[in-house]
Amino acid sequence: MKKKDIFIVSAFTENSVWRQILGICSALAVTNLMLNSLVMGLGVIFTLALSGFTISLIRDLIPKRIRMMVQTLIIASFVIIVDLFLKAFYPEISKSLGPYVGLIITNCIIMGRAEAFAGKNAPLDSMIDGIGAGVGYTFVLLLIAFVRELFGFGTLFGMQILGNWWTKWSIMVMAPSAFFMLAILIWIINTPKAKKG
Amino acid sequence: MELNAFIIFIAAIFTSNILLTNFLGMCSFLSVSKEVESSLGLGLAVFFVMSLTTAINYAVYHFILVPLNIIYLQYIIFIIVIAAFVQLTEMVVERFSPLLYYALGIFLPLITVNCAILGVSLFMIIRNYSFLQSIAYGAGSGLGWLLAILALAGIRQKIKEKYVPVGLAGAGLSLIITGIMALAFVGFSGIVVIQ
Repeated sequence: MKKKDIFIVSAFTENSVWRQILGICSALAVTNLMLNSLVMGLGVIFTLALSGFTISLIRDLIPKRIRMMVQTLIIASFVIIVDLFLKAFYPEISKSLGPYVGLIITNCIIMGRAEAFAGKNAPLDSMIDGIGAGVGYTFVLLLIAFVRELFGFGTLFGMQILGNWWTKWSIMVMAPSAFFMLAILIWIINTPKAKKG
Repeated sequence: MELNAFIIFIAAIFTSNILLTNFLGMCSFLSVSKEVESSLGLGLAVFFVMSLTTAINYAVYHFILVPLNIIYLQYIIFIIVIAAFVQLTEMVVERFSPLLYYALGIFLPLITVNCAILGVSLFMIIRNYSFLQSIAYGAGSGLGWLLAILALAGIRQKIKEKYVPVGLAGAGLSLIITGIMALAFVGFSGIVVIQ
């Protein structure tokens, strides 16, 4: 497969969130603000790209039985880098993301890509696949966050968009709306496909 | 103010349900909740592992990581503790209670990657809980998770035969049901509040 195709497939056609319903814990939790979603997305892209690269690099050296454990440790190391970076340079965001940065470790997308792709393909391809999956994930996060922040706070990236006339929908800030928004997104995307097949 | 451990326990089940307000453990929540029976199995396994790993992680964090000043390793250590604990439980259960092993066994490996388990340990650290509070929080969150997955499985079994729009069937519908459940749980929020 060409590098560009790898990227497109893992970012959109086989998007982890809406096609495989993976990694939605954090997709739901951080999407009440666009800024948080963007930072989270970048963290996931970073982790996916580098863990994909590393796991693929040593894929022939890992004994089969402890494969998962080794992968988890590699992923956890990169997540620690992300976490320390955020704590050092963006303490505010790090605080509002709370435990969800650490939870990138258990984000099924990363383990899923490691199992499905990085364990079988060349390092560079795995890295591109990782970036692709990360971009697809970030895209979904931003899409949901756009609606939730706009209606919930009347802002986008913290900038006032809707004026004082706008009655804020507090439900958009609360947990249930995250479930509804993701459900609607999956519904919209899957309908044409389900009708065709 | 020191929060009463019992209040934290109740709050973790209802008002700050780990799944419905913190969205943790969604992957297995959506994939396993097709039947009540298997949901009960997974829910119990989560409850068990969550209660005990929270206690172990509390001890590890306060007696090993803090004195040695290696807090930044907490993610790796917590994950190792959880994975090792799950592995150990699996072996013990298999050895002493084959019956229980058949009921819970297949779910145990799933639990290592259940983000709710790691999430509870991380929340416990962030919120500075004492040992008793941590245990109450871990057990309460486990029960809350069990409650949520049982409720969803029950609803999904009821509507299995009903007509739903094609694109919505499966994950989409489960998410909407969960959303409505989360909305219902917001109703509890008057009782007790933890952050």
